[in-house]
Amino acid sequence: MKRKFLSIALALTTALTLCACQSSDNKADSNKTEGTKTEGLTAQNVKIGVIYIGDENEGYTAAHMAGIDEMQKELGVTDAQVIEKTLIPEDESCTDAAEDLADQGCNIIFATSFGHESYLMQVAAKYPDIQFCHATGYQAASSGLSNFHNYFDNIYEARYVSGVVAGLKLNEMIAKGSITKDQAKVGYVGAFPYAEVISGFTSFFLGVQSQCPTATMEVQYTNSWANMTAEGEVATQLIADGCVLISQHADTTGAPTACENAGVPCVGYNVDMTSVAPKSALTSATNNWGVYYKYAVDSVIKGTQMPTDWTAGYNQKAVAITALNEETVPADAKDKVAEVEKQLADGSLHVFDTSKFKVGGKSLEEKIAEDKDYAKYSDYVKDGYFHESEIASAPAFDIIIDNITAKAQ
Amino acid sequence: MNEKAVNIKKEKYIRHIVKRDVISKKKAWFIRLIAVVLSLLVSAVVIVGITKENPLSVYGGIINGAVGTNHRLWTTVREIVVLLLIAVGLVPAFKMRFWNLGAEGQILIGAVASAALMIYGKSIPAPLLLTLIIVCSMLAGMLWGLLPGIFKAIYNTNESLFTLMLNYVAMQIVTFCIVFWENPSGSNSVGIINAATRAGWFPRAFGNEYFMNIVIVVVITVAISVYMRYSKQGYEIAVVGESQNTARYAGIDVKKVMIRTMMISSAICGLAGAVIVSGASHTISTSTAGGRGFTAIIVAWMANMNPLGMLLVSTFLVFMQQGSIQIASQYGLNENASDIITGILIFFLIGCEFFIHYRIEKTKMEEM
Repeated sequence: MKRKFLSIALALTTALTLCACQSSDNKADSNKTEGTKTEGLTAQNVKIGVIYIGDENEGYTAAHMAGIDEMQKELGVTDAQVIEKTLIPEDESCTDAAEDLADQGCNIIFATSFGHESYLMQVAAKYPDIQFCHATGYQAASSGLSNFHNYFDNIYEARYVSGVVAGLKLNEMIAKGSITKDQAKVGYVGAFPYAEVISGFTSFFLGVQSQCPTATMEVQYTNSWANMTAEGEVATQLIADGCVLISQHADTTGAPTACENAGVPCVGYNVDMTSVAPKSALTSATNNWGVYYKYAVDSVIKGTQMPTDWTAGYNQKAVAITALNEETVPADAKDKVAEVEKQLADGSLHVFDTSKFKVGGKSLEEKIAEDKDYAKYSDYVKDGYFHESEIASAPAFDIIIDNITAKAQ
Repeated sequence: MNEKAVNIKKEKYIRHIVKRDVISKKKAWFIRLIAVVLSLLVSAVVIVGITKENPLSVYGGIINGAVGTNHRLWTTVREIVVLLLIAVGLVPAFKMRFWNLGAEGQILIGAVASAALMIYGKSIPAPLLLTLIIVCSMLAGMLWGLLPGIFKAIYNTNESLFTLMLNYVAMQIVTFCIVFWENPSGSNSVGIINAATRAGWFPRAFGNEYFMNIVIVVVITVAISVYMRYSKQGYEIAVVGESQNTARYAGIDVKKVMIRTMMISSAICGLAGAVIVSGASHTISTSTAGGRGFTAIIVAWMANMNPLGMLLVSTFLVFMQQGSIQIASQYGLNENASDIITGILIFFLIGCEFFIHYRIEKTKMEEM
């Protein structure tokens, strides 16, 4: 009997709330205008909120934090004006964090992880006077919100350069006779099987191949952005599979640690890996997020409209590789790196040059003409190269090219 | 001579730990109050030790973080009612001395049911969809509780282990569902479900996002209190809890009571899953339950399963949790700092139960 009472009560409340919601919708809409006004902003009173996926102990977030610090130094923004929230997972906690930052009067709010996007977008719709910027996402253009933006550095350029270093290392190993030409197999520890990672390892591999034409690559995924144990295990497995050089797109030092133990050279991501792998780390591809943070905060202060998608690479020094490890890199690496960086900066070299790779034995242009599944890439390919990160800031290249084997775990 | 006297005096007494026969409610709550005060002091010492800030401004930060703005206040309320709902759900089982440690899993399964309806039932008219979400999440939770209930009733299996293990099965089911529901693909996250249409979301009422959550929790809390206190079934639960033999002698069908009670208990936990997914987060992940199924055990025990007491304890826990999140960001501490503070609170709250059930007695040597 009591159960009946309970279900009746529930049904009643459902009906009640449904009736009530009609009238409240208008109220909610009028709330939309609350938030901070952008007039009269200066570097002294602008307020900035940042949502990090990790904390200072994790390379990807540390790089973003360094970028925020650089922005503060260059614009003269004090610590009190910056509210940082660390270790925010990719779930509703992100909504709460963003709402709270908006509530505290932030004029611009950054979120750093791919999975934060839909939560941030929801809050952005509610606060049209606050600028919301999401790193690595791709939905800003389609969201129809003028205050929601995506940003991403052209990290593939830096990966290409780090690939050049790795290619030179392979050549040195071949010259020394420690491996044959056919044994030049590179291993890659990837996070998730989607465009950002695929674009990353392809650019790295094209860099390797530009120096060492016989190179091949095997990719394995960990299905996590930061899992020290899994990254170490995957690296060890790749080495057992015959890989003689390892690179990574995952956030911990798991892979370099495994490489140091196995005595296999490696290329890192985000941070200089020489502290954990002094005898095997070559260099790391890094983002210089400060370039964007300075630009975005400055735009908010000046009240200028920011583009929905923002990217920059070597042309604005937004990407780089860490100092070459003199213990491990070949002598000719330094000059070659400088040369390639200069070509990337002035636009004379394109990473995804379609004459440099094949897909199923054919060029990408041929594939687009023949294969329906590849037709979607036709917007990206012109003038002999794939225009990565030009239509949207997030990477779009998700084709597995020849000489790369990628298997999902 | 003098020394000897001291020695004798020392030896005269010996300390025992003695189980209390009865403790007045007043005294029990007084001990709990002392624990709360102590926990506040210790956590302040920790925060002040790290931040070197004035302790008063630290407490100010906690209050500001929990109720400082409209949004924070409602976030805190939202978390309180969910925690209370789960604790209320545990009460019937606990009163029967059936140790349901599976609230976490029952919440997750309820959450899966409601997320599935939101994803696949977009075209169902809103009132029907919401009713379906509530009913199905309760059924899903019920199923998850029914399994250990039946096994306990018929085979006398250990319900603590059974319910605990089912948590991990539920977790895996969620992980499995995320593979199909992830949006955008590759993100390993479901994202906000129906962000544009708000299909299957609990509707706003009186300008408030969480009105329906509050109504559901109030109704369930009142219903369960009435059920436990005044209904025949509630009495049966209490008798089975006291002694199964007595219950059998009195002609109570113990198996039936056990299964029925576990169904009620887990259905409410399943409903909590719907409240979290449809009423608050609008997404599902392995962190949807977020340990609340375990925190609710503390809430229920601390309050001696008294509904008002449970409201108090969950308010205190959530208040401090939300407050310490603010402390962490205000002083540039790592977000883990807020977990440390919650840990200190729970340590004292659990610790004080010892002093409620036992007392330390001094006995003279001669008496021994």
